[in-house]
Amino acid sequence: MEAHTDTTTQAGQILASATGGRRRPGDRIFNNAAVIAGVAVLALLAGVAIFLVADSIPAVTAKTADLPDGKTLVDYIAPLAFGTILAAVVAVVIAVPLAVAVALFISHVAPRRLALSLAYVVDLLAAIPSIVYGLWGIFVLGPAMVPILDWLVARLSWIPFFAGPASVTGRTMLTAGLVLALMILPIVSAVAREVFSQTPRRLEEGALALGATRWEMIRMSVLPFGKSAVISGSMLGLGRALGETMAVVIILSASGIVTFNLVSQENPTPIAANIALKFPESSGLDVNALIASGLVLFGITLVVNMIARLIISRSDVQ
Amino acid sequence: MNRKWWLVSAASAVLALTAAACGSSNDNSSSGVSGTLAGAGSSAQQAAQEAWTAKFEGQNSGATISYDAIGSGGGRDQFIAGGKTAFAGSDAPFDSEELPKAQQRCSGEGGELVEIPNYISPLAIVYNLPGVDNLQLAPETTAKIFKGEITTWDDPAIKADNPGANLPSTKITPVHRSDESGTTFNFTDYLHEAAPSVWTFDADGNWPLKTGESGAQTSGLIQAVKAGEGTIGYADESQAGDLGVAKVKVGSTYVAPSAEGASHDFDISKKDPALSPGKYVFAYKVERTSTDPQDYPILLVSWLMGCTKYSDSNNTDLVKAYFNYIISSDGQQAAAQNAGSAPIGPTIKNEDQTAVDAIGG
Repeated sequence: MEAHTDTTTQAGQILASATGGRRRPGDRIFNNAAVIAGVAVLALLAGVAIFLVADSIPAVTAKTADLPDGKTLVDYIAPLAFGTILAAVVAVVIAVPLAVAVALFISHVAPRRLALSLAYVVDLLAAIPSIVYGLWGIFVLGPAMVPILDWLVARLSWIPFFAGPASVTGRTMLTAGLVLALMILPIVSAVAREVFSQTPRRLEEGALALGATRWEMIRMSVLPFGKSAVISGSMLGLGRALGETMAVVIILSASGIVTFNLVSQENPTPIAANIALKFPESSGLDVNALIASGLVLFGITLVVNMIARLIISRSDVQ
Repeated sequence: MNRKWWLVSAASAVLALTAAACGSSNDNSSSGVSGTLAGAGSSAQQAAQEAWTAKFEGQNSGATISYDAIGSGGGRDQFIAGGKTAFAGSDAPFDSEELPKAQQRCSGEGGELVEIPNYISPLAIVYNLPGVDNLQLAPETTAKIFKGEITTWDDPAIKADNPGANLPSTKITPVHRSDESGTTFNFTDYLHEAAPSVWTFDADGNWPLKTGESGAQTSGLIQAVKAGEGTIGYADESQAGDLGVAKVKVGSTYVAPSAEGASHDFDISKKDPALSPGKYVFAYKVERTSTDPQDYPILLVSWLMGCTKYSDSNNTDLVKAYFNYIISSDGQQAAAQNAGSAPIGPTIKNEDQTAVDAIGG
């Protein structure tokens, strides 16, 4: 390592003397371009935050009677924030076990050729536009879910999630969550797969040498090694599910209520879907209230990402 | 949403292009009017506006009209703000807060506010109930169904409206729009006016209840009604497709939606004097409680807003010619073909004409 650094330093000195002690224009251009790009990203983020805050202020200071539905801003946004988090959590709960299983199959179970093509197909899922997922959800998955919803309500209605009555169209939070799960599956499984396949060979072989079965080897060496990757992948997926709009708008029968019941015709509305639904016909303060809800969504996404980083940095220390 | 943004950007691109081409097209005034005119507003009018702009531009080779379907509220806002938006389309007339500002915009350009009804569309109560083809509904029954007070199709109230019909005990799933819309506004206005004892909510573009199934935009609502058995919803009659369409009780008979019924109903509607100041502002309150079987009371009405004079005289000429074409029988027929709307009736047309004649005069 040190020898290498020495060589590069020497090479740099030689180069520097050859160009008369000055950095080459290529270096300067690259340096400046990189700095500008870095600053631009920060400026962009700050710009979005400033826009959201500035345009939210009229809604924050407005009289309750002038706001949508005559509710306070908190009463207006809270059910929407609940819907956002519920939809994303349902998606992650369904997607993560599936994604881990897919990643393990690709990295440790499937024969190499099958693994490669399967990995390609899973990645392809990420390339499908969300509106196509939405159309598939409303035309295919929704109707197909109707008998399943009936079954869930008939057998499991003691669980609050399946309290019913079952929707007759299948356009429920559970259906929307399933579609969101499919949408985030590629991200979660790609991150997990990448790290699973980097599990040190000695750990795996050690476990096998001690008489572990393949499943025990995966449980004892691969899963602990990939734990932080699974968590960070899940958080990335959660971030996408929080902001997903079009698929939810099309699939979900949104009512804006607060309920954990995932199988009925009345469902909570996520913030992003609510903005898409209400913005086109809104004017004046209603728009400010929608932007304020956008600011809350921005905040939720920020917090999720920060928590993800916290978890990852902690597990790295271990 | 995506589609909306696409439209906005496409429309602004068109605007930019035509603004650049404007100078050259001005001297080509041999065939009618020329130049560019921009409007914005109601998405309910979009299909009709597309037909109007296409035909109008065909007749006036130098003219370019752009209509940006950003929504009624946005259209009214842009009109008030002035700028490039010379006219607006809206599913509701200016309200008492907006009116003075709109009048101010026009007086700032040396003219008066013009607000004329130009688009009528019958709304149908659509349902999906196999085996029941000829559903009839009184306003109170409809209101109770959508309020969730009637929950099965064999309810005595529905039976009373449909003597002799074989109604199943299927659960009723009422479907409403999840987005804010002029369709919802007009449907809730009907429920509010025709069944005030049951529907105690005011007319509202946002569905006032948290119960029932919902679908995004007309296509989402229709899909939801198709997807489940026992569903019922409301949409433009032209979008009903092969779904069942209910007859609505008017007086002592049941009336199916039709263009004639909607036109006739609006033709006997009365003006809202508080919202109709000046000579050319015609804010009507749609008649929902007619007892004449010629009338079909569930309809959406949309308005055109403009000024009698603009500081840019080219705008004045274009608005006059374009509005004139829209309310002409040619224009109304083009909209009926393209958007499935109903033509405005003779009384409304004559009144609209006085306002259009005053433009530039």
